Amino acid sequence: MSMKDMMPNFELYQPASVDNALDLLEQFGADGWPLAGGQDSYDWFKDRAKKPRAVIDLNGISELRGIKETAEGVEIGALTTLTEVINNDIIKAQYGLLASAASRVASPQIRNMGTIGGNLCQDTRCWYYRYGLDCYRAGGNTCYADTPQGMNREHCLYEADRCVAVSPSDTATAVVALDGSMVIRNKSGEKVVKAEEFFVLPAVDIIHMTILKPGDLLTAIRLPKTWAGARFYFEKVADRNTWDFALVNISAALKVNNGTIEDARMVCGGIQCTPKRLTVVEDIIKGSPQNEETAELAGKSASRGATPLNYNHFKVPLMENLVKRAIRSA
Amino acid sequence: MTDIKTDMVVGEDGLVGGQTTALISLKLTRRNFIKRVIASGATVSASGYILSACSSDTPEQAATSATPAQTLQGTIERLVTLNVNGKERRVDVLPNETLAMTLRYKLGLTGTKLGCDRGECGACTVLIDDMTVYSCSTLTHTVRKRNVVTIEGLEAEDGTLHPVQQAFVDELGPQCGFCTPGQVLSAVALLKVNPNPSREDARQALAGNLCRCGAYDNYLNSVMTAAKLLS
Repeated sequence: MSMKDMMPNFELYQPASVDNALDLLEQFGADGWPLAGGQDSYDWFKDRAKKPRAVIDLNGISELRGIKETAEGVEIGALTTLTEVINNDIIKAQYGLLASAASRVASPQIRNMGTIGGNLCQDTRCWYYRYGLDCYRAGGNTCYADTPQGMNREHCLYEADRCVAVSPSDTATAVVALDGSMVIRNKSGEKVVKAEEFFVLPAVDIIHMTILKPGDLLTAIRLPKTWAGARFYFEKVADRNTWDFALVNISAALKVNNGTIEDARMVCGGIQCTPKRLTVVEDIIKGSPQNEETAELAGKSASRGATPLNYNHFKVPLMENLVKRAIRSA
Repeated sequence: MTDIKTDMVVGEDGLVGGQTTALISLKLTRRNFIKRVIASGATVSASGYILSACSSDTPEQAATSATPAQTLQGTIERLVTLNVNGKERRVDVLPNETLAMTLRYKLGLTGTKLGCDRGECGACTVLIDDMTVYSCSTLTHTVRKRNVVTIEGLEAEDGTLHPVQQAFVDELGPQCGFCTPGQVLSAVALLKVNPNPSREDARQALAGNLCRCGAYDNYLNSVMTAAKLLS
């Protein structure tokens, strides 16, 4: 390691307000890179797989930080660190699902620097893509993972469309399960979209994981009161407890009254390119007692329609068992 | 371990070889000697890098760096003041420079180790406002107004070890020692917010620091002892 083993050159901008940042993002377009915690960005740069001309560091923008209660629920600034999310009293008391998910991200150091916005917007971990190969997701016309020799243990079970990459985020499953929304700003104004519509499948856009386009900035995440204080379950299965991304993770929010599940949202990560709502499971368990029988039935139906690749069949029972555990333990 | 001022190691003749004999004759410790050679070498190679970086700009990049883009709000000054171990340090920082690079190669603080340079090992852990971060995955320009503490900043003025360092010595925490500065800083950060941790708390707090020797249990013993020393 020497001073020469650095990231490639880029111009660095440190705007003090969202408006300044949007000016810069508009000016540089696809050559501009908005930087939050940087815990994934720097790896892209160091590996020379992404070479933006301008990096727009958002860390000096105080309006993007912090968690506040609103009439509709809670609003989390996109630049709020994962550690701040985990330690926040409102999140802990009302939206513990998100605190649990955030506390399983990467390592303590990465959670201290990494942000909720960055965790939600992060790109997939498919190593063929990360390696800089000219795959579909990189704008080419091949998938290297979905071949007879392709190493696809970590890849998808659902909604493959040329690309078989998966959503790597732990917090994304929790935000979708809590029926959250994303606040997106660009030069022409602000829009709010449901978290479920924020993430996109390769059939819709094979190059991007989210609906964000150059010039767009995710400024906040809103969680409605609807699921505040519900019964939650989060579990992440990964090869190592620290650093590794989920093989499969699950976020469940249940409303239980007198032992009966009245309403439920259940979301799995690591099995398709977006966090997957398990609507089949939700429909089965709504109105059923929260017991072993319901858990077994829901577990069996959880993986309906899964199309495993050569090396990821293990994800099918893994997903089923996580659903069972969520129903038993939420 | 004290900060090395680069001007005291670059000899008047500018020759590293000339200093080498001079430094050895002063009977410096091997560690300090290596640190000084690195610090002086880095001064030379760093300025070389800046020059080569400028000259390797593509014509397109060179053109934009002098055009209105640079006059936009939000542009950065390269000469910055950092607060490292309680001292103000003036340093010329490239836009794409990580804190680990600045600490090791510009400020001579080589106690901070670089292992993977990808935020996957923890050897480069430092404290920023009392929180652990990977200095390999932190742009120096993002910490200008914040307090950086490296392993060199823990001991007292008179060289007395910080209680956490002492506990790591007493419990034979390290084996090869390469990951130790990071492990110590993770322990210091834990004990600041949780002076009476359980062994599990300590395990979680040190989870972002790999140890290739596998001395994890010794490190956990060290943290538990450090908690006693501090209370």
